[in-house]
Amino acid sequence: MSSLTAGSIHKKRKSWTWLYFLLPSIAIMLVFFIYPILLTVFYSFTNLALTGEAAKELKFVGIDNYTRMFEDPTVRVSIWNTLIFLIGSAVIGQQVLGFLIALLMKHKNRWFRRVIGTIVLAGWVTPEIVCALCLYSFFSDEGTLNAIITSLGFTEVTWLFTVPMLTVILANIWHGTAFSMLVFQAALDDVPSEIEEAAVVDGATKWQILTRITIPYIKETITTNMMLVTLQTLGVFGLIYAMTGGGPGTSTTTLPIFMYNQAFVNYQLGYGTAISLLLLFIGIILSLFYIRSMKE
Amino acid sequence: MNTKHRKWVYQILPYTILTFIGVCFILPLLWVLVASVDTNASQTLQAPTRITADNYVDVLTNAENQRAYLIGLLMSGGQAFIVVLLALLAAYPLSRYQLKFKKPFMLTILFMTSLPITAVMVPVYQLFLSLKLYNNIFGVILFFVASAMPYGIWMLKNFMDSVPIELEEAAWIDGASVFEGIRRVVAPLMVPGICTVAIFTFSGSWGNFFVPYILLQSPENFPASLKIYQFFGQYGMADYGKLAAFSVMYAIPSVVLYILSQRFMSKGFGMQGGTKG
Repeated sequence: MSSLTAGSIHKKRKSWTWLYFLLPSIAIMLVFFIYPILLTVFYSFTNLALTGEAAKELKFVGIDNYTRMFEDPTVRVSIWNTLIFLIGSAVIGQQVLGFLIALLMKHKNRWFRRVIGTIVLAGWVTPEIVCALCLYSFFSDEGTLNAIITSLGFTEVTWLFTVPMLTVILANIWHGTAFSMLVFQAALDDVPSEIEEAAVVDGATKWQILTRITIPYIKETITTNMMLVTLQTLGVFGLIYAMTGGGPGTSTTTLPIFMYNQAFVNYQLGYGTAISLLLLFIGIILSLFYIRSMKE
Repeated sequence: MNTKHRKWVYQILPYTILTFIGVCFILPLLWVLVASVDTNASQTLQAPTRITADNYVDVLTNAENQRAYLIGLLMSGGQAFIVVLLALLAAYPLSRYQLKFKKPFMLTILFMTSLPITAVMVPVYQLFLSLKLYNNIFGVILFFVASAMPYGIWMLKNFMDSVPIELEEAAWIDGASVFEGIRRVVAPLMVPGICTVAIFTFSGSWGNFFVPYILLQSPENFPASLKIYQFFGQYGMADYGKLAAFSVMYAIPSVVLYILSQRFMSKGFGMQGGTKG
């Protein structure tokens, strides 16, 4: 009934009013969001550069940037590094650790849960650059980790040089795990305890309950969370850049770092744009999966 | 292992694992907190030589740091304000009118919320050069607004859906215009939603490093996030105490806002409004 009256009032005012409401938002998104994406496609076929001959005259170079990209061994290294970083820090790290924390915290002492939860959340709330600083110090030669292992009688390790990828992965786990923890805590709270209790009565082990009841029950949350966390991790720049600068060598150069180096250190904007298109492409595919997982 | 023994292990094991995880998570954070009050801070977590507030005093009285902090507040505050305002307007027809394109539009919005901003920064840089917005604080705010619009629209549309239309109709009958209806009836009922969007938008850009790093050039335009990075490079090797103090000061708004946001998100943590839609 009420929706009928609402409809009739709106019909009177209908016309194009909706456009006035939406116009400012659409305009600003078109100029600063959509247009740059289209520019990405356009520039990636040009020789756009910040300095030198190419800076004066913009020329189409066809798929030169792309053939260069597939021949460039550093691109292959960056893609590989990005994959390791994504799988290590997002898919396995944050996702599994977040799930483990949420699972272990269930039905525990409230005070204890609060303390652990707050500690993990602190890493999430802390801004990226401060995370980089904290973890950089932690892993540095004179850092806390080396102080601990030498006091245990082991020799020092130059973590940032010997296993740089591991340090940035751990840093991103430190920074991001709380998100997955919160998501899984909410999801686990929704699993009806009757089902689990019934399984216990039937003599199921804890492992069986976990793999056959709990995980299948929250399967959709796992998929959605996986997409979201992967997407967030794909764009990580500051954390790696401030900790290792992509190095030593190219050992922690992920696609965002490589894109930055090509565009702003080597002034090859066209080439840098081609790389960002690759990044965007991966992002678009993951986003489409994400939306599909949400619609279900 | 007998059953009794086994049961005991099951009882104690989760606490042990969680404590271990907790210790691993807290050590890097403890370092920054302790170093910030240590007269003689190093990279290792250690008991302070002498507890002091000097690091904080030095960092806070430095005019450049104050400037960077204020610029950061201006950027994130300006962005949060504009996003809420524009998203509220955009959410209105999406929530109240029957529009043919509503569903594809909302899906596009959702799609845009998840795209990595990092991937568009090179062309945005080029665009800013040609629009003469490069190295301009307000330019950065504009880009921050654009990048947060999809999230703002998505959230506020869903929040607005839960405000009953009857209340607005009552206002219309009393002669209120559509705008007055939004301002006097809808917006006040959406305060929790508006605060959630404002807080998340603000903390997102407050913590963002890449966007200002690409779009700003002169150090006098740097917000806190860039200043701290600069600090890291310049004095990082020498003065850990000050660096830590500045980091703590910089992290405080994020922490305070997170705690505040918990008051507005009464329903706990779901998939960011994704269950509605």
